[in-house]
Amino acid sequence: MSGTRRKQEGRWAWRLTGFVTVCVYIFMFAPIVATVILSFNASMFGGFPMTGFSLQWYGKLMANDAVLAAFRTSLWIALVTAIVTTAIGVTTAFALVRFEFRGKQALSTLVILPALVPETILGVGLLVLIKAVDQPRTMLLLVLGHILLAVPYVVLIAQARMIGIRRVYEEAALSLGASRFSSFREITLPLLIPAVVGGALLAFTISFDNTSASLFWRPAGVETMPTQILSMLKISISPEINALGTVMILVTVGIPLIGGLILQSLTKLRRRGEPKEETQ
Amino acid sequence: MLMKRRWTLYDPRLAWMLVAPVLLLLIFFLVLPIAVMAGYTFFTFVTAGVETSALTTANWHEFLTDSYYSGFLVKTLRVGAITALLCGVLGYFPAYFIWATTFRHKWLLLLLLIVPFWISFTIRTFSWINILGEQGVINVALLKLGIINEPLPMLYNEGAVILGMLHFLLPYMILNVYVSLESIDRTLISAARSMGCTSAQAFREVTLPLSLPGLAAGLLLCFVLAAGSYVTPQLLGSGRDALFGNLIYDTIMGELNWPMGATLSIVLFIVLGFFAAVYTRYMGMSQIVKGLGG
Repeated sequence: MSGTRRKQEGRWAWRLTGFVTVCVYIFMFAPIVATVILSFNASMFGGFPMTGFSLQWYGKLMANDAVLAAFRTSLWIALVTAIVTTAIGVTTAFALVRFEFRGKQALSTLVILPALVPETILGVGLLVLIKAVDQPRTMLLLVLGHILLAVPYVVLIAQARMIGIRRVYEEAALSLGASRFSSFREITLPLLIPAVVGGALLAFTISFDNTSASLFWRPAGVETMPTQILSMLKISISPEINALGTVMILVTVGIPLIGGLILQSLTKLRRRGEPKEETQ
Repeated sequence: MLMKRRWTLYDPRLAWMLVAPVLLLLIFFLVLPIAVMAGYTFFTFVTAGVETSALTTANWHEFLTDSYYSGFLVKTLRVGAITALLCGVLGYFPAYFIWATTFRHKWLLLLLLIVPFWISFTIRTFSWINILGEQGVINVALLKLGIINEPLPMLYNEGAVILGMLHFLLPYMILNVYVSLESIDRTLISAARSMGCTSAQAFREVTLPLSLPGLAAGLLLCFVLAAGSYVTPQLLGSGRDALFGNLIYDTIMGELNWPMGATLSIVLFIVLGFFAAVYTRYMGMSQIVKGLGG
């Protein structure tokens, strides 16, 4: 029967879709899982087979001054980037959603460009500018560069959330005598919190992860975590790198996950406090 | 005396104050650098690290006549296109699956797509050495099983580079297609089915065309990111698999030939910008914005 055959075809197509999906997920996570497993390998060489369970590579890592210094550098660069990017990104998103001004369209296109222009080009461009005005590469330059790379994402996330917040709430506060700033702080900002936290976390990971542009921008002698990994990889694949990778995964996956969980429980608490839905 | 206009509720002046920090950053770190770089392409290279502002077209002449450079460009565009197409084909299935599945924990599938964005790109790239390397999973398993006697050379070739880029670009593609599938009105599909379409026909006639904007946005994003990559060829490729990004890095950081490095950067910028412009001409910016996290 052609009817049942067609149904059969549909089922096979669906099975194929599911199969490819499973393969893609395995493809995405297999190398990461292999790295985590290998970080506990007792073997001297950074590879299979497993010869036993050992934490020695983590111990070695903790004694590696270059790695620790790079970790500290990356950590504070990422923190500063997250804080500053969130502050300026959220105000920009607020202006882009609430206000009408000339050049708004151009600005909203310009603001996502750093996410689309290859980092190599951004990297070289800034270096050429610095060279043209005869300035040295400084930490400030590196941090501002990271902020540039993270700004598009923070603005886009805040904008998406901002559109869902009706302006009547702010205007009501204003008409009741609140100042511009306090209406933003008391009304808009609390409603924006998910976007603020999400944007800050993303800005943190973008900075903490950044490799290509940092290779160009870092001051002489400074290593961030990714550039440190890169220079370690040039020498050899030691099991220490697998341990380092595992620690990094814990930091960069753990922080957003914990942040997300905190956020979720916070909104749940708030929901319980005020049973009425806030938006729309 | 100049009368100061009273500030209105949504005064443009206030808007400019709010966007000022980001605007200044964009001007000084994005627009100005690219403009200065464009000027630098006409500077004269003297010796490593030294150039004069005597204007010349020598850099452009060298770029346009030396097949070494055009070879790099062609190879980069080819690798970028192959990667983007593979991403499109492989990424469509999971996006469709997540969209259509009745699985209760759909959010988990979506979360798993976002998790790779949090894991350091360098780590994700080098982790392939643990799979493909001489002591990687595949070689060790095949050796143990006695299927091969010597490790297969799977690393440090173009295939490994494309594989690595596929690995980092697939989440972009899947999310882009998924966002565009999500915006389809599902009653359209039920309507098609009720009028006698088979599920395959409904897919071909309704779902696929309506999801094309997301697919196109994903293809552009993957292509641009792949063609601009530096780390992946560096870690998973041999010297022969270097792409345009590596060429730029070596020209500037290795040879210290800044005018030529600037020229190559501008070339890459123009070429990739051309593809982006063609794309926005037909599709607009909105889909890219959605795919990036809007």
